[in-house]
Amino acid sequence: MSELPGEVQDWIGQVRYEETGEFDVERGYVFTSCASVENGNPLFWDDEVAAELTGGPIAPPTMISVWFRPHAWAPGRTKEALPLQVHFDLKEALGLPEAVMTGNEVVFGEPVRPGDRLCTHQVLRSVSDEKATKLGTGRFWVIDVEYANQRGELVGRETWTGFGYRRPT
Amino acid sequence: MTTASTTSLLHGTVHEGDELPELSVDVTATTIVLGALASRDWRPMHHDKDFAIERNGTKDIFMNAPNQALWFERFVTDWTGPKGRLGRLRFRIRDSVFPGDTMTFAGTVEKVELDERDCGWAELALVLRVGDRVASECNARVAVPVREDDNPWDRHGGDWQP
Repeated sequence: MSELPGEVQDWIGQVRYEETGEFDVERGYVFTSCASVENGNPLFWDDEVAAELTGGPIAPPTMISVWFRPHAWAPGRTKEALPLQVHFDLKEALGLPEAVMTGNEVVFGEPVRPGDRLCTHQVLRSVSDEKATKLGTGRFWVIDVEYANQRGELVGRETWTGFGYRRPT
Repeated sequence: MTTASTTSLLHGTVHEGDELPELSVDVTATTIVLGALASRDWRPMHHDKDFAIERNGTKDIFMNAPNQALWFERFVTDWTGPKGRLGRLRFRIRDSVFPGDTMTFAGTVEKVELDERDCGWAELALVLRVGDRVASECNARVAVPVREDDNPWDRHGGDWQP
């Protein structure tokens, strides 16, 4: 079994890729997203209900990652913007050409509101020893993505479990 | 198709083993494309049938993961009403959802509890099926009011323990 490279060991627990969303949270996407799943929850459609229950309009909690997906095109951008960069860093550093996501969990904090500009960062939590699976031999890793609003309040923490591997030869 | 009303479920009326009302949805190409673009997912397998067939090896375009999460949220809050506040959601995609499929969402209450701050919780096991196929499995933890004048959305800081 090969040792974990020192570079990867250093990443564990380190806050990396701190970034701010490309645009403010806005209601147009909230309405379109609710329409896409025919969600009639009055919190998202009725300002009086939103004022009474949540102190004003909010976005559906499960939209949290929407606010960080890059524009399809942006002036001056020369290469594709990748979400979850730590995942791709691990593939490269560990020499594992294939990878799949095997699990996702989100814990929701303060509500996200129109006008918020969210920040995010990624933290590698763990990397397993090498394991043999039906896909191939590789390592599992756990990455946390934390999201906060402009007041520094945690609005969510997403945990991804990935498996990077080499196909059997 | 029913949607959430302005009334909310109370914690004392929820019991382990309760089943959520099923939700069935006929999926069209528009369902898939609208869901992908609403979640800012521009990847072609969610709007370009030729790409999905040739590059992904699937029979058609298929629903993206963020939109499935939004469907699960809608399914849960249709049941709780607007005071229901999601604390945690975990899901695993097992198979794809295509245009022409009928999705069926089902769910069971696995656990009911009050936390140390008297917040009422229901833990749910949810499943999205297409015919006999399980497309996704999901676990959700949702806060519901313990009294008429209680509101989980009022909880902040240490009073919110999802």
